[in-house]
Amino acid sequence: MSLAHNFPFFTILLCLLAGVVTSVLKPRAAKYLTLLVSLVVLGLSAATLVLTLRLESSYSFMMGHFPAPWGNEIRIGRLEALMATGFSAVLFITLVAGLYHMPMFVSQKKFSLYCIMVDLALASVLVMLYTNDLFTAYVFIEIITIASCALVIVRQNGHTLVAATRYLIMNLLASGLVLLGIAMLYGITGHLLMEPLQEAVREIYQTGNYAQPLTVVIALITVGLAIKSALFPFHAWAPDTYAFGPPMSSAILSGIISKAYIFLLIKFFYRVIGFDIIRQSHIDDFLFYCGVAGMIMGSVMAISQRDIRRMVAYSSVAQIGYVYMGLGMASMAGVAAALFQMLAHAAAKSLLFLSTHELVSVSGNHKRFHSLHGAGYRNVAAGIVFTVSAMSMVGIPFTGGFIAKLYLASAAIPLGGGMRVLVLVALAVSTLLNAVYFLHTVVSIYRRPAEDVLYPPAHHIPRYVVAALFVSMLMTVYLGIGSGPIMRVIESGLKMFA
Amino acid sequence: MLQALYENIEQTVAVILFGIGFVILLLQRNLIRKIIGLNIMSTATYLFLASMGYIHGRKAPIVVDGVTQAIHYINPVPTGLVLTGIVVSVSFTGMMLALTVRLYRRYRTLDIDQIALMARQEEVE
Repeated sequence: MSLAHNFPFFTILLCLLAGVVTSVLKPRAAKYLTLLVSLVVLGLSAATLVLTLRLESSYSFMMGHFPAPWGNEIRIGRLEALMATGFSAVLFITLVAGLYHMPMFVSQKKFSLYCIMVDLALASVLVMLYTNDLFTAYVFIEIITIASCALVIVRQNGHTLVAATRYLIMNLLASGLVLLGIAMLYGITGHLLMEPLQEAVREIYQTGNYAQPLTVVIALITVGLAIKSALFPFHAWAPDTYAFGPPMSSAILSGIISKAYIFLLIKFFYRVIGFDIIRQSHIDDFLFYCGVAGMIMGSVMAISQRDIRRMVAYSSVAQIGYVYMGLGMASMAGVAAALFQMLAHAAAKSLLFLSTHELVSVSGNHKRFHSLHGAGYRNVAAGIVFTVSAMSMVGIPFTGGFIAKLYLASAAIPLGGGMRVLVLVALAVSTLLNAVYFLHTVVSIYRRPAEDVLYPPAHHIPRYVVAALFVSMLMTVYLGIGSGPIMRVIESGLKMFA
Repeated sequence: MLQALYENIEQTVAVILFGIGFVILLLQRNLIRKIIGLNIMSTATYLFLASMGYIHGRKAPIVVDGVTQAIHYINPVPTGLVLTGIVVSVSFTGMMLALTVRLYRRYRTLDIDQIALMARQEEVE
């Protein structure tokens, strides 16, 4: 085992250590340490990706002194490494572009604490990507819940408090369901590591014992993780949390954290239960129909918003719907398309939240559309970035969103008649709806403002922020142009994954 | 059916308690009651776990008098899980209480619906 095999473990440990060290640092040092850690994690994850591209199969990494059926381990394959690279890249860019305006929302004294929460969130995301142990996954689900609630709550006003309380309550309900599910699964199989679990589940399935408990377990864990990632009927907490938290927190929450839950769910389906049993339990149909409903309803609700940040928040609900629709197809192509959509959405959504903040702040902090008129001229960079990321959300060619939709549509072709028609119609309708509200926003930020309105003098935006926003924009465009290699990595990664 | 429920009385009770806690956390408007619901819910899960690990007639897995065969002891893994779970639920209770204190200082009520109503009337800065 070479040094590079240890990199995933190093990334996790590094984030946790940074969290501890940050607690005694001054705000400035905390900021630089957090930036440095996310950059190092990005580098190490990219190195892991390169390593896994050379390997034929994924490898396990023992944590602690107990071997497989009892101990704890992480498992590293192409897919995990790709996702870790993508998420840490998005997080790094979000930090570079977002940290400079955090003093608007966080007092100087609490800034280090905010940085700790970012470190912990990154650590938990990495653990959820890599872990091979269901209970470890549960513990880090809880850590990420606390961290993300703290990321939202730093902004001290009534709306944020209420939103964060709602967020916490919904997440606690979901955690309860997941924990009960894991407890029941442990009860019928006696394992927590994923490989022995899958063997035990197969055996149970073949003998026909515990058929009902197994279905209950699948339902509990699926619904728990669906609540946490804001799938449509369970999305009630999402819009307020995204709209009233600091923009950077919303970018992290919507771009990265919600995706980590979905990745865990995919892992649960593939590695613990097995897709054939999932199909038998019809939970994939449930996710499919919820996803389709979310695509349409999220967009419909986004159209009815008068506040730009709430609109962006509702569009997240719609985009998560796409991911679940791909997942609900329960085919290799569908899941691969869902994973691609996760990457495309992570890149574009964080950009969207950050550029929205810039546009709002040059318009006297008014979030209504009519006060945003001309914002695209007052902050040219933010205007361009918002336009490109909105295009990705709508699914205009040469952006990540377009390719994701294309893959979803082509994954639908082998499906049965009714489902295929439903996917294609839903994609068409939701693209149309996305176009309605995003293009409306783009038009309104480039519309000439009323003559008599006085805007506050534009604050200076550091050059590195503009650079970070543009790099992220290029990522979105790259996902649209150079999607071939990424898709090949996803597909071969999925084969390694199972 | 009833026979099976009675034979697994601990699990039956645990799931019923879980349901009670879940509904309280979901539906009660009072924040303190919600927190109590949260604790009922998580404690129910611990009962579920602990009762699964218990094997009738065996002892806690602490080696005394040199008895090292596993056959004499109960399964220690669920106990470990319960301990981890307790830590998690304590921290969540702390977090919820902190939020509740902040909300109460600001709005002088514990009713989440009233609080949401009052927050909506505030101007968003």
